[in-house]
Amino acid sequence: MVRHRIFIVLTALKVAILIGILLYCRGHLRVLEGSEVPAKRALSRQLGLTDLSIWTEARYTRHPSQADFFAPFQDFPSSLEHFPAGSVVAPPRFAAPVRTEPSPE
Amino acid sequence: MRRLLILDYALSSLWRRRYKNFSIIAVFTLTVAVLGSILLLTHSLKMEASEILAGAPDLVVQRMSAGRHDLIPVRYIEEIEKIPGVGAVKSRCWGYYYDALTGSNFTLLGLDETATHEIHLLEGSMPKAEGQCAVGPGVARIRNVKVGDELILIDSTNTGVVFEVVGTFTEESSILTNDLVVFPKDDLVWFFGLPEGRATDITVEVFNESEVSTVAGKIKRMYPDTRPITRREIVQTYDAVFNWRSGMMLTVFLSALIAFSILAWDKATGISAEERREVGILKAIGWDTSDVLELKFWEGTVISLTSFLLGLIFAFVHVFFFGAPLLTPVLKGWSVIFPDFHFTPYIDLYQIAVIGFLTVVPYVASTVIPSWKTAVTDPEEVMRS
Repeated sequence: MVRHRIFIVLTALKVAILIGILLYCRGHLRVLEGSEVPAKRALSRQLGLTDLSIWTEARYTRHPSQADFFAPFQDFPSSLEHFPAGSVVAPPRFAAPVRTEPSPE
Repeated sequence: MRRLLILDYALSSLWRRRYKNFSIIAVFTLTVAVLGSILLLTHSLKMEASEILAGAPDLVVQRMSAGRHDLIPVRYIEEIEKIPGVGAVKSRCWGYYYDALTGSNFTLLGLDETATHEIHLLEGSMPKAEGQCAVGPGVARIRNVKVGDELILIDSTNTGVVFEVVGTFTEESSILTNDLVVFPKDDLVWFFGLPEGRATDITVEVFNESEVSTVAGKIKRMYPDTRPITRREIVQTYDAVFNWRSGMMLTVFLSALIAFSILAWDKATGISAEERREVGILKAIGWDTSDVLELKFWEGTVISLTSFLLGLIFAFVHVFFFGAPLLTPVLKGWSVIFPDFHFTPYIDLYQIAVIGFLTVVPYVASTVIPSWKTAVTDPEEVMRS
């Protein structure tokens, strides 16, 4: 009868740690949302920044939102993508293109 | 009480095969930790992009030439300004710079004279006079410069130009500014040798957010050689980058899921002779089929719940406390300067529930189902086989 008690205590301990982490994350997020996130948003507005500075290896990975759909293949038609970060981006949604087109009027 | 006794027996049974079961827990925990880390990391980046880029321009207008981005005539501004509902329309000058000294790429941005110079995430000040610049933390680190130092860059005529660093963006802003070097706009135009009357692109302020796509359509009709990009499209790009169809998710996430499926399949396709014998003996000494199934249910639950909780704890600690050091090399690619990630803890409880459902339920099912097949067979036949 001891084993199940040990199991229940250990499981309760893990759940408590998890809840503790979730509460900490929630508190930390609240602090960041009060200071850092608005400051970053303001920075993006003040400097007119459109993309996250994550991949600096190629133009179209540094500014994926400003690049063309064919950007990885612009060196020559059907050229292979050669930057690793390019493979991180999902293919475009063919069913619902997001490119702005002129209105028909 | 009876249930606790069966749980106690299940724990004894697991302890008898402890080496095998500890290995299953280790693999299971690792799988949940990998799945959890990817979901937490991509969700955090997706939310951060959507929160931060809410400050991006309402509309960016690029000029296209021969299917490529080209410099846009500044005179386009005059006509765009006349569109009803449009506020400030500004030209932007920016570009890329390959730094041969360090083998890294910088993004160079010209600061408009009307831009605000009050920036919170900056040590020092923004460049105001000719020959000044502010650098991002990645640039400061790789070129080993700080406020008051000099930064030498090679201009379009292949001449070294000395700039005084008057500000450095803080590490907290690195996700936006890591590779950024900001100059006064005139300095940047001269540095890149941009032709007069041309800019990299144009930003457009639209007062009513619901009119952005209408204004974009009007600009496209007015200047067919342009490509307007709305803020919604910018945010959608990052949704696509970090959604489940992205390369990162597909490669790492699916590998982990397949590894788990193999583990569950191995369990589901049959139980060992020793386990079969144990079920036979239990039936012979008077256990009902339902008791045996309950025993197997508890065995599966103990292993899957323990692994799920441990895996989730590892995933949280890995992503939000250590900055996901095991996954950032996958993200990094060939980037020479890469931000030090401090992931904002945006957590989607629905995703955690999905991981739980995808791992705990199939494992418990794959433990119970083969045992049920054995439990309904005659005990003597089971023990003799």
